[in-house]
Amino acid sequence: MKYVEEYRDPELVRKLRVALQNTAEKKWNVMEVCGGQTHTIMKYGINDLLPPNLNLLHGPGCPVCVTPIEYIDAAIEIAMNENVILASYGDMLRVRGSNFDLLSAKGNGADVRIVYSPLDAIKLAQKYKEKNIVFFAIGFETTAPANGQAVLLAKRLELKNFFLLSAHVLVPPALRLLLRDNRTKINAILAAGHVCSVMGYEEYIDIAEEFGVPIIVTGFEPTDILEGILMAVKQLEKGITRVENQYRRVVVKEGNIEGKKIINQVFNVVDRAWRGMGIIPQSGLEIKEEYSDYNALEKFPLTFKENINNKLVCIAGEVLRGIKKPFECLYFRKECSPEHPIGAPMVSSEGACAAYYHYYKNKTLTYE
Amino acid sequence: MNNELSCPLPMNEYDKVLLAHGSGGTLSNKLYNDVIFSELMNEYLYDIHDSAIVTSGGQKIAFTTDSYVVKPIFFPGGDIGKLAVFGTVNDLAVVGAKPSFISCGFIIEEGLLMSELKKIVHSIFEASLKANVKVVTGDTKVVEKSKGDKIYINTSGIGIFDREILISPKRCKDGDVIIINGYIGNHGIAVMLEREGITFESKIESDCAPLNDLISNILNIGIDVHMMRDATRGGVASVLNEIAKSGNVGILLYEENLPIQEEVKSACEIMGFDPLYVANEGKVIIVADASDADKIVSIMKQHELGKNAAVIGEVISNNAGVVTMKTVIGTTRIVDMISGEQLPRIC
Repeated sequence: MKYVEEYRDPELVRKLRVALQNTAEKKWNVMEVCGGQTHTIMKYGINDLLPPNLNLLHGPGCPVCVTPIEYIDAAIEIAMNENVILASYGDMLRVRGSNFDLLSAKGNGADVRIVYSPLDAIKLAQKYKEKNIVFFAIGFETTAPANGQAVLLAKRLELKNFFLLSAHVLVPPALRLLLRDNRTKINAILAAGHVCSVMGYEEYIDIAEEFGVPIIVTGFEPTDILEGILMAVKQLEKGITRVENQYRRVVVKEGNIEGKKIINQVFNVVDRAWRGMGIIPQSGLEIKEEYSDYNALEKFPLTFKENINNKLVCIAGEVLRGIKKPFECLYFRKECSPEHPIGAPMVSSEGACAAYYHYYKNKTLTYE
Repeated sequence: MNNELSCPLPMNEYDKVLLAHGSGGTLSNKLYNDVIFSELMNEYLYDIHDSAIVTSGGQKIAFTTDSYVVKPIFFPGGDIGKLAVFGTVNDLAVVGAKPSFISCGFIIEEGLLMSELKKIVHSIFEASLKANVKVVTGDTKVVEKSKGDKIYINTSGIGIFDREILISPKRCKDGDVIIINGYIGNHGIAVMLEREGITFESKIESDCAPLNDLISNILNIGIDVHMMRDATRGGVASVLNEIAKSGNVGILLYEENLPIQEEVKSACEIMGFDPLYVANEGKVIIVADASDADKIVSIMKQHELGKNAAVIGEVISNNAGVVTMKTVIGTTRIVDMISGEQLPRIC
C-alpha cells in the first residue's frame, strides 16, 4: 500500500528507536491527544520501543468518549419521534445515555441508521422526503467542515427535512484545562494531526508558550508517532518549548482555509460539557442563528436534563485526562469490555480503554 | 451537570434481541449460552464445532446447518445461493468429512423478481456441481412484502467419513504451523463495498468457494492435520482465538506473512477495519506438524484455491489461550477475539 507502508518501515522504526534511546536522558511524560494515535500506539506496541524513562499519557481525543450524556439522551429522544430517521456514526450507538443507548432505541422501534459521512444523511433526506433526517454530528474540528458543508448543501438543495444535532468539541480549550490540572504531569504534547490539518497550528503557539510545553503536530502511523516523540524529547532535553510540525505531508501552519471558513460560517463557539471532564469554556460548536432551520435542537425542543444518574463507577474521566491508565481501573477486562462497556472509552475503537483491551499485553504474558 | 470525573453504568442485559447478537462475537456467545444451550445442551452440542459428528448404523457422519441472510443477495464473486451451498459444504469439509447431501430451505419475500430467484437457483445448481454434492430435499415459504429481505436460505448438509481422522484443537501442540490457503478478508469487504456502493479501481471479489477438494488433496497424501477450521464470520482472528482457547495453547502470528490483497488492505485502511476480523467464505486454516508445512503449502499452491497459501504463524507453549502477533515493525501485540466492530449480514 503506497504512501502508508513507508511509514511502517521496520528499518526506519529501528533508527528512530535508537535515536530516542540516545536522546532521552531524563524522565518525561508525553501525551498524545488523539484516540487514533492511542490506537496506533497500542496496535503496534510502540510502548515497547521506548526507553523506560519515557512514559506516554493518553489524551481526551476520542470524540465518542467525550460526547456528553445529555446529547446522547437528546439523540435518543429525537430518534424516538415517529417521523425521524436518526443518522449516526456506528460507534455512537453503543454508548449509554441516562437510561439506555441508541442501539436499544433501535430495538424499541426507532429508525437509527449507521452512516459514514454527513453526505449519506443528505442522501437519506433526499430519498425520504416525508421523514425528518437528523444527523448526530459528533467529533472534533476534523469533521466540523464536512458537517458544516452538509448544512450548506441542505440549504442549497432547499431540503426542509435535514437537521444537524451538533455535539462538536474543540481541542485547544481541553488542552488548556488538562495543562492547568496539577494531577496531570504532562511534559509535552503530540497534537492531533488531523485536527491540525483543518485548523493549522497557530492556536497552539500560545499554549506552548503559556504552559511551557513542546507541542508536536503528529501523524498516525508508527514512524510518525516515534518521530513526534523524538522531536518532543529533543526539545525537552534542550529546555525548548515550542510548536513543531511532524505531520508536514498533511498539515500546514494556517490549516485548511476553506474548511475553517465553513466552520466560521455555520457554527458559533460556545461553552460545552465534555463527558468525564465537565464544562469547558468556549470548547463546543453550535449552529448559528442564521442556519437554525437546520438545527435539530430548534426543530425538536428538548430540555437538557441534569444528569442525576452520574454515579462514580469507572475512572473514564481520569483516563481521558491521562491521570490513569486503563488497566488501573478495577473493572478493566472484568466487568468492562467492548461488549459490556462501563465507560465510553471502552466503546469507541478510538477510546484508550478499547485500545488497551484489544492490544495491551498483560504482564503475565511472555514474549521472545 | 456536575464536574466529577464520572461515567455511568451501561445496560448489560438487553430485553430484546439486537443485531449485535448476531455478530459472532461475545454477545452471540451470550445468546447461545444463556438462551439456547441452557435449554438444548446435549453431548453432541457440547463439542462445539462446525459440524456435529454422529454415528448411525455404524457409519460415522457429519451433520451441519446454516442460514444465509446476506445483503445484497448478489455481490461481486457470488450470490446468496452459491454462498448457501459452499458455506455448508465447508462446514462439513473442515471436520474431515466428504460433503455428500444438502437440503435447501427458501424463505422468500413476496415481490422478489422471478428472474432473480431463477438466477439464485441456477447458482445453487452450479455450486452443487462444483462442490460435488446433491441437493436432495428442500422447502419454500413465501412471506408478505416487507416481512423479509428478498430471500433467506437455510441449508443443512450431511458428510460421510471415508477415513479415520481426528481433528481437534486439543491436538495443537508447541511448534505446530498455522497455514491458510490464501488472501484474507475478501468476502466481507466485497459485500460491504457492494452494499455501500463504494468502488475501487480494481474489483474486490468474494472468495466464496468449496474447500472440500483442496482439503481432500491434503488428507489424501496422508498428512496428519491436527486442527482445521474455515475462517468465516469473525475472520481469521476469531477462529484462531477459539482454537487457542479450546486447545489451551498460545498462537503467534507473523503480520508480514499474512496474505492480503492490496485492494483489501486499502479498503480496510480507509474504512477502519482489520482484515484479521473480516469474514472469508473460502479460507481454511490448517494446524499441523511443522515438518508437514512445506508439503501442505505446495499442495495448496497447486490448487486454484490455494495460489496464495502461506504459513501465517505457529503454536507456542507460552500464553495459553491467547493469540499474539509479531507486527511488521517487530513488536508483539495481542490479537483479540472479535468484539464491538461488526459488519452485519455478510453471510
